[in-house]
Amino acid sequence: MEFPTTRPDPKGVAAALPEWIPKAQRKKKFILFVEDVTVSFDGFKALDGLTLYLTEGELRSVIGPNGAGKTTMMDVVTARARPDSGEVFFTETINLLEKDEVFIAQAGICRKFQKPSVFESLTTRENIELALKAKKTVWSTLRAKLSGEDRDFSDKTLELIRLADQRHKPAGALSHGQKQWLEMGMLLAQKPKLLLLDEPVAGMTPGEIERTGELLLSLEGDHTIVLVEHDMEFVRSVSRIVTVLHQGRVLAEGTMEEVGANEEVVNAYLGGKLEC
Amino acid sequence: MRTSRPASAVFDGPTRIFFVLATVFTLAVSVGSLLPADSPFHVGALTTAVLGKYLCLAILAISIDLVWGYAGILSLGHGAFFALGGYAFGMYLMRQIGDKGVYVSTLPDFMVFIGWEKYPWYWLGTDMFWYALLLVFLAPGLLAFLFGRMAFGSRVSGVYFSIMSQALTYALMLAFFLNALGFGGNNGFTDFKSILGFDIRSRGMGTALFVISSGAMLLVYFVSRVIASSRLGLVLVAIRDNEARIRFAGYRVERVKLFVFTLSAMMAGLGGALYVPQTGIINPNTFAPLFSIEMVICVALGGRGRLYGAVIGAFAVNWLKSLLTGLFPDAWLFVFGLLFVVVTVFLPDGVAGLFGKIGSLFARGKPAGEESRGDLSPRDLSQGDAARTDDFGRKFEGKFEGKFKSGEAGENGIPDNAA
Repeated sequence: MEFPTTRPDPKGVAAALPEWIPKAQRKKKFILFVEDVTVSFDGFKALDGLTLYLTEGELRSVIGPNGAGKTTMMDVVTARARPDSGEVFFTETINLLEKDEVFIAQAGICRKFQKPSVFESLTTRENIELALKAKKTVWSTLRAKLSGEDRDFSDKTLELIRLADQRHKPAGALSHGQKQWLEMGMLLAQKPKLLLLDEPVAGMTPGEIERTGELLLSLEGDHTIVLVEHDMEFVRSVSRIVTVLHQGRVLAEGTMEEVGANEEVVNAYLGGKLEC
Repeated sequence: MRTSRPASAVFDGPTRIFFVLATVFTLAVSVGSLLPADSPFHVGALTTAVLGKYLCLAILAISIDLVWGYAGILSLGHGAFFALGGYAFGMYLMRQIGDKGVYVSTLPDFMVFIGWEKYPWYWLGTDMFWYALLLVFLAPGLLAFLFGRMAFGSRVSGVYFSIMSQALTYALMLAFFLNALGFGGNNGFTDFKSILGFDIRSRGMGTALFVISSGAMLLVYFVSRVIASSRLGLVLVAIRDNEARIRFAGYRVERVKLFVFTLSAMMAGLGGALYVPQTGIINPNTFAPLFSIEMVICVALGGRGRLYGAVIGAFAVNWLKSLLTGLFPDAWLFVFGLLFVVVTVFLPDGVAGLFGKIGSLFARGKPAGEESRGDLSPRDLSQGDAARTDDFGRKFEGKFEGKFKSGEAGENGIPDNAA
């Protein structure tokens, strides 16, 4: 895996993209293109001119204090929230603001929610089967058969997430960490191009966290990953470039060391009171 | 090509047992109904009709179970589809009376009574058996499709959907009470004479209707099993578990719901159509919300999400109802209410759930599932969250070499370590 060629400077990626580059061409470079997005809920600006670019195969961490807009950013990308202004493109052609969540999921953007959400009364294996990439209309779902290839793929996925022994257990009976893994497995079964992971290691034991890190690193390159996480040690161990959000905009971008040394970031984490 | 669910998945253990028992039951009753009255295996005409009626109610119960037990759509107005099917077939039965009515007119008596001289346009073609049969599926199906499109399309779900479905059946009840609607008003359709020219009161007809009802019940059961055992069945359960999440797996929840709701309404319509000739009457009371609620409770008592539970519930409750309303007419609703409370508290999975428990006692080694389910997640989650925020604070503090002053940052969401 090579370093992204358009590695941004710590002050924000906008500087790396001169104004004269036509918009259409800029989008081509990126798998996810979020520009100047503003979302407000009853006057409160959850996102305030957020600009974020992701290149293919990148593993990007997004950190920031609570309320910085991390989850809202994912909501916008998956059409759970509609922005007041801004542009969101997936690859060069797909305008995500015109699509609904089902289309976006089928196009290859898959999301793991903050609270692990698996289908508790289905077995682990059935959870994976549901997620498998396939034509998902009513009729073809009714007639869907698990081909040998599908079966091998889901077995492989179950092994990857270390739930092969639990395949016939109802997902509701899994431990919290196992549910988190199962949801990751469901994302992988969808053969996604872009993975959005909202706090994937929340509530995991140190051992589980370590194995999750290994899993993410093994995915890097084949998949583009956006990781929202509070566990700084975990973030440092898996990702090279970190984006710090604060009050709905990008505060800093760069390696963990660079953003850690950034005065503004430290202030943001200490609280808005000191700044005012 | 290998498949995960071979054909035998449709006929799993309980389904096979159910089909065998249902076939034996059908044979016993139908043969018994044709035997002479002094035979020990004789089944009276009235008993045959009552059992046939239960079969029709079982069809309705299965259709409710398909949408409620699997997809989690609680419809408190499924009686409306049952009644529409009944009315559709009732129209044919009324046309079969011909001029043998009280007023000796080709029009039904109720139309003569309100002074109509010809059939209104929507009665056109109802004298043809095949068209009436088509209408049995079309009328409830179309209503369910339009209603479902509106409700699911605007993402109405849960209790709001239940209330809307109840309003639907109530509105239809009020409409069908009107004489001017042309469906017999208060009295509905009754006094049927024949089907396809055969006397409706003959013994052979009673047996035939019973056998057809049984066949229809098995057909509806089979279709429901095919859906439940397919991947679409998994999607239905997933919708019940977490509707918002399944969208992110790429399924169009609204379409899946609309499909299964419309299909279920058509099944209910079939049940209604077979119910009418066996009870000899259809009137607006079938649209009454109470009837729909009673049927939902049947499914709950029998055990939802299992199909055979719905059949057990429909038979048990209606048999008890026939028995009690004969013995203590006033006591029935109290007994019914009590039964519902007792089963909900002591048998949350209904009677069928009891079978499952007994079954799992014999089949050791299989995970019990049910017991451990549910009580893991909330506790785990809260502990996990607490651990996570603590971790975060500690690690971040280390990262910034003490610049992080704990205690001052609580408001901005940084965990308050001093506390």
